[in-house]
Formats: sequence, C-alpha cells, structure tokens
Amino acid sequence: MTDGSLASGPLFGLPLAELWFALLFFIFGTFLFLDGFDFGAGALFATREDEAERETILAAIGPFWDGNEVWLVVFGGALFAAFPAAYAGLFSRHYLLMFAILGALLVRGLAPEMYEQRHDERWQRAWGVAFVVGSVTAPFFLGLFVANWLLGASSSVTLAGVVVGLAVVALTVVTGAAFLRLKIRGALRADLRRYGEYGVVAYLALVVVALGAIYATAPGVRADLVSLPTAGLVAVSVAAGGGYLLASRRDAVYAAFVLGGVLVYALVTLVAALLFPVVDPATGLTVRAAVVSPLPLNLMSIGAALLLPLVFSYFAVLYGAFSGPVEAGEAY
Amino acid sequence: MIEPVLASRLQFALTTIVHIVFPVMSMGLAPFLVVFTWKEIRGGPPVYEQLRRFWTKIFAVSFVVGTVTGIVLEFEFGTNFAAFSTFAGELFGGPLAVEGMMAFMLEATFLGIFVFGRERVSDRLFFVSSLAVAAGTWLSAVWILIANSWMQTPRGYELVTEGGQTTVHLTDAFAAYLNPRFGFMYVHMQNAAVESVALFMAGVAAYYVFRHHVWGYPVQEVGFWETTLKIALVALVITAPLQVLHGDLYARHVFETQPQKFAAMEAVWETDSYVPEYIVAFPTSIADLTDPRAKELFGIGIPGGASWLASGGDPQATITGLNEFEDSPPVAIVFWSFRAMVGLGFWFILLGFWGVYRWWRGELLEDDLLHKALMVSTPLGILAVELGWIVTEVGRQPWVVQGVLKTSEGVSPGLTSAEATATLAGFVLVYAGLLSLYTYVVARIVRAGPPTRSELTAVTTGERAAPLPGAEAVDDD
Repeated sequence: MTDGSLASGPLFGLPLAELWFALLFFIFGTFLFLDGFDFGAGALFATREDEAERETILAAIGPFWDGNEVWLVVFGGALFAAFPAAYAGLFSRHYLLMFAILGALLVRGLAPEMYEQRHDERWQRAWGVAFVVGSVTAPFFLGLFVANWLLGASSSVTLAGVVVGLAVVALTVVTGAAFLRLKIRGALRADLRRYGEYGVVAYLALVVVALGAIYATAPGVRADLVSLPTAGLVAVSVAAGGGYLLASRRDAVYAAFVLGGVLVYALVTLVAALLFPVVDPATGLTVRAAVVSPLPLNLMSIGAALLLPLVFSYFAVLYGAFSGPVEAGEAY
Repeated sequence: MIEPVLASRLQFALTTIVHIVFPVMSMGLAPFLVVFTWKEIRGGPPVYEQLRRFWTKIFAVSFVVGTVTGIVLEFEFGTNFAAFSTFAGELFGGPLAVEGMMAFMLEATFLGIFVFGRERVSDRLFFVSSLAVAAGTWLSAVWILIANSWMQTPRGYELVTEGGQTTVHLTDAFAAYLNPRFGFMYVHMQNAAVESVALFMAGVAAYYVFRHHVWGYPVQEVGFWETTLKIALVALVITAPLQVLHGDLYARHVFETQPQKFAAMEAVWETDSYVPEYIVAFPTSIADLTDPRAKELFGIGIPGGASWLASGGDPQATITGLNEFEDSPPVAIVFWSFRAMVGLGFWFILLGFWGVYRWWRGELLEDDLLHKALMVSTPLGILAVELGWIVTEVGRQPWVVQGVLKTSEGVSPGLTSAEATATLAGFVLVYAGLLSLYTYVVARIVRAGPPTRSELTAVTTGERAAPLPGAEAVDDD
C-alpha cells in the first residue's frame, strides 16, 4: 500500500477515531487491573509486621510490577499519538497532579528495589513506609486525575475526584488481596481474604458516593449519568462485587481475581461511556476533532494490531513462568 | 520565581540529563549480559555465571531507576510543553507510542524472567529472556531517536492551520521517520553506551586488581575482576576508535543539515574559509567571560582544521558563521561541551590501546598507572554521553523543532511561574537524591563483589536457603 492511499482516509473505512478512544481506555483499564494489584499488594504490605511475610509480598509482585507499569507508558504514548491536543490539554491543566502521580510512582518503583539492598531495620522500615505511601497515593492521584478529566475540572482537587481516588485505592486492595492469595500460602491468606472483602464493600459504597457527588456537582455530566449504560455498568459492578465476596468465601481465589478485574474494566468503561463522544470535556474537544490525520492514524493502527498481540504473548510467558505460589527461597 | 519558559527548559534539561545515565547503563550492559548468559547455559567456566549474576544486579537497579525517570519524560511533553505537543504530536507522539508497545513491553516483561526466573525456567527460555531484554533496550533507543532526529532535521510534513491552530501533518512517513540523522544518532548513541559501560566495568575491575596485585591486599574472587577487566578492555579497544570515526561522519552531517549548530560547535561568527579548529578559545575582554555568546575570541587552534572536518578533507572549505542566522544558541556551552567530549573520546582510545598493549606484554596486572587511569575514567564515558547530548540539544536552540518551532513557543500556555518553579525545585531535590541513591546502591553492589564460587555450586546442586517462615506449605484457609 502506498502512502497515498493510506493518507486518503481511514483504513478499510473503519471508525478509527472511535476505535482508538476505546483502545485507549482498554489500555488504561489493563494498567489499572495489572499494576492495580501491585498497588494493592503495597497497601496490604502495611498490615504486615513479620519480616518473612513482608519479603513474601515483595517476592510475589517482584517479576511483574515493572511490566505492569509499562501499560501506563503505553497509555500516555497512545493518548499523545492519537489525540495530541487532548494529551497536551489534560496534562498541562492538571500540572501539579501529574507530578504527584509521577512522584508516587517513582517512590513505589524505587522502594522494593531499595528495601532489598540493606538488611538493617531502620533502612527497611523507611523503605517499607515509602513502598506503602507510594502504593496508596499512586492510585489515589490516578483516580483523582481520571475524575477531573471526566468532569472537565480546571482545579486539581474536586470533591468527586477525591471520592473516586479513594474508590480506586479500595479497588486496588480488592485485586491486590486476590492476587496475593494466588501467590502466597500460609496464615497470611486468611487476613488477605478479610481485607479483600472489606475492599469490595468499601469500593461499591464509594462508587455510589462518587456518583452522587458527580450528580450534585457536575451538571454537565448529569444527563449522561442517568442512562442505560451507567445503570448497566453499575449493575455489572454490583454483580461482580457480590460474586467476589462469594468466591472469596469459598476460596475460589482465581475466580475472585477475575471478578476483581471485571470491577476494574467496568469502572474504566463507565468513564469512557460518560466521556464519549468528547475526549476532553474542559474544552469540549470531541474524539473526531482531536484525532490525528488519516496517515499517522492508519500507520499506528497497523502498528498496534501487530504489536498488541505480541505484548499479550510476553505477558503470557511471564505469568506462566511465575505461575503458582512464591516458592521458598524466592525473594525480591 | 522563575518564568515558565526558563523553568520548563531547566526542568526538562535536568530530567533528561539524569535519565540518560540509566538507559546508557542498561543499553551498554545488555550485550554483555547476553554473552555471559550464553556462556553460562552452554556450560562455560563458572566465572560467566558470576559475571551474569553480578552485572544483572547493576542492570536491574539501572532499569528500575530508568523506568521511573523515563515515565516522567513522557509526561513532561504534555505538562510543560503542551503547545509543542499539540503542534507536533501527530509526528512526535507516534514513535513514543510504538516505543512503549514494541520495546519497553518486551524489555520489562522479559526482565522479570531474567532477574527472578533462573530457577523457574529452562536454560533456553532464560537465554531467550536475555536476548529479549537486550532487543527491548536497543529498540527503545530506535524509537526515541527517530522522534528526536525528526526534531533536529524535520522532513515529511506540512503545516496545516485549522481554526487558528497550526499543527504539523505527516505527509511522508518514510521521509519523516527514516531521516538520515537517525542513522548517525543511533550508531553514535549505541556505541557510546557500550563504550561507557566498558569504561565503567574496566574502572571497577581495575580497582580490585590494583588492590590485590599492587597493594597486596587479598581480594576475594580476584580472578573474576581480572576477567572483567580483560572483557572490558576488549570492548573498549573496539568501541573507542569507532566512536571517533563515526563521530566525525556525524559532525559532517550536522555541518550539512544544521549549519547553525556546527558554527556554534566551532564558535564561528563570520562566514569564512580556512577556519581553524580551536583546541581552546577565550573571550578577549573580561566582561565577556560570563557571556556564553561572546564574539571576540582568542584561541589556539589547528589552521584550517574546522574547515577540514566540516568538508571531509578540504582545509579551504567555507563555514557559514553564526552572524548569518537570526538567533544563535549559547555558543560557549556548545563549544566547550563539544571539545570536552572529543577530548574524552581520544583519551578512551589511548586507554584502550594502553590496556591491551600491557595485557599483550603480560603486564596488565602490575601497571599501577594504568589501573589509576582506568579508575579515574570509570564515570567518564557517561560524562562524554552527557556532553554529546548537550551539544545536540543546546546546539539546536532556540528551536525545539529546527527551523519550524521555537522552544519558547512550545511551552504550555497556562503554566504559571509559581507552578513551574515549584516543580523545578522539587525536581532538583528529588533527582539529586535519586542520583545519590543510585550511586550509593551501585557502590554497595560493587563493594559486596560477585557471588563466590561456593555460592554458585549451592545453586547448581539445587540446595537452597532455609525456607521463609511465611511461605510454608500450609494451604488451609
């Protein structure tokens, strides 16, 4: 195919702008699911005093977290590449919030690596605290950012945003607890079960509060909020949350983990559905207006179609290699 | 308060100057690790397992710090340079997105297996992981340099104005993304990474060799350090001359495509032929000493040298002076960074041949002056990379996209001085801490040395450390 025909219009007449909007939220959801359980593991790390249990939690996420975090890099890249004006507008408008996210991710990423460098108590206590703080604040700020995005907020701190931030933290505990139960044997699992269940209840409650806060404070979104997709996704979330509780009690840990994932994707889909067809409510920029011209869009679509299946195969190899519980002697 | 344009530029400069250290370490170490892993799984001498395990530790730390500082870069285009991102996103965003999917994903997933999975996966998958990690790091540089080279020599685009907003539209993907600058940059960068790591390895190894053989202190596993030194010298003696050779070609390409940058590298103000290559040059008045754009220079140089370099052999060639251009970069920074980089490049060649010569004479372990020279040079490869990037990035100022968009026009319009100053201050603190921490951790790894031979046997015969109390086989909750 020559540049000429690639430049004349979207490939195969596909609605590529809409597909990239959907792909963007799929990528963000995958990040929030995968790195979310790392964040949750970090929050649950705070509940452990025992040195061996702490080491086991770090060993459980050790091989995975870096790959999981790359989904955020891909999200940033995809937003920049497909909707540059939305990327520029959002990131510069929430300037301090973006650096708060980056700072939290920096601390979270550095902490486990540093924790293992020295084995004296003061050093490990300090990096343990850093790990927990990074793991809890990163999803909080991310939730705040996504809510501000949806509301078209010009300030970085909004009531609805704070509630959504807390909901996302609770959600990471839900998936984190399920993931750790898959990876850990021993007494710790009973506690993890409880924390995961508390997490589900807290998450669903916070989602209701967040929807109420959005309804009360954001007249622009109000009409979309009372709609079939919202009702459907809330119903899916309630069903998945209930399913998680049941699975958790019956020790069907894998099912609980998958249902935690359903909660994550339902939340992200809800955000996407409320946004569409606008990509940046603060400026009213629509998906169609923000998308790049056909040639780069077609090239990127071909690239993504070829590369994303490969990416999933890498994750399959990685998760396959480390399937099952952490073994004795394995450390971060 | 610092105004947003300056604060954003300083912050971005700081972000890149700190970040590049870690990719240099990981891209440079990657090919060594592939070789060590291959030797290890093929049943080579046990020193290769020691080498693989020791250098993987440094690779892993570098990769983690590289990840957390790399995400910052990707976000900063949006936070601080929103106008640039909107203007050039159509050409600039694509390579970043593909870098994430094609390179970073490959690297980050297989690194999990490479660092944590020796006991869990087959030799073959373990070796494939080392290859995938190496391919990931090197592919990452492909896409980042494609994006950067387009900003240096933009092609394959047109400017389109819609609704008062001018943006760059891609018209020819091959012209834009495979522009000639990319090839020069990629070869120069990747070779520099391997050379820098070779210098790093040689310096660290020289310290232990010096301690043991010159000072006479017993050093554990001294054979490991001797092997490391030899491997590093082989790499250095190959990469150091190459770096200068293609560096020369690269400079000639800059002369042809970015004459303004070349003039700054040589501090040429008036268009002239038979331009000397200054070794040193100073402003002639005291007041000009603090002015990076000072014009009256006194210098000591090789007659016709700069013309000879620019044209590839003709000392009479004409070089366009900075006076022909509307704006010029801060000349002193570019001029001195270029000189220091080239000087270091020649020093590395000397070091490489000196070391190999001593080795050939059987005197490698006794030459204390060589050991000291190598120790001093441990971080100098990375320093040379920094200087090269300063020439590249400062040299194209005031443009962010050469001849198309000025850096000052690319800064986020809504950014306030207070915000920009606050984050800049935060960056100075956090990144100073980060660099200290990285140096501290790498120094600790070096001080602890490689795993001993006896530790290796414990691994290969399947013996393990005592099981963790929290991980006992209880499955009853």
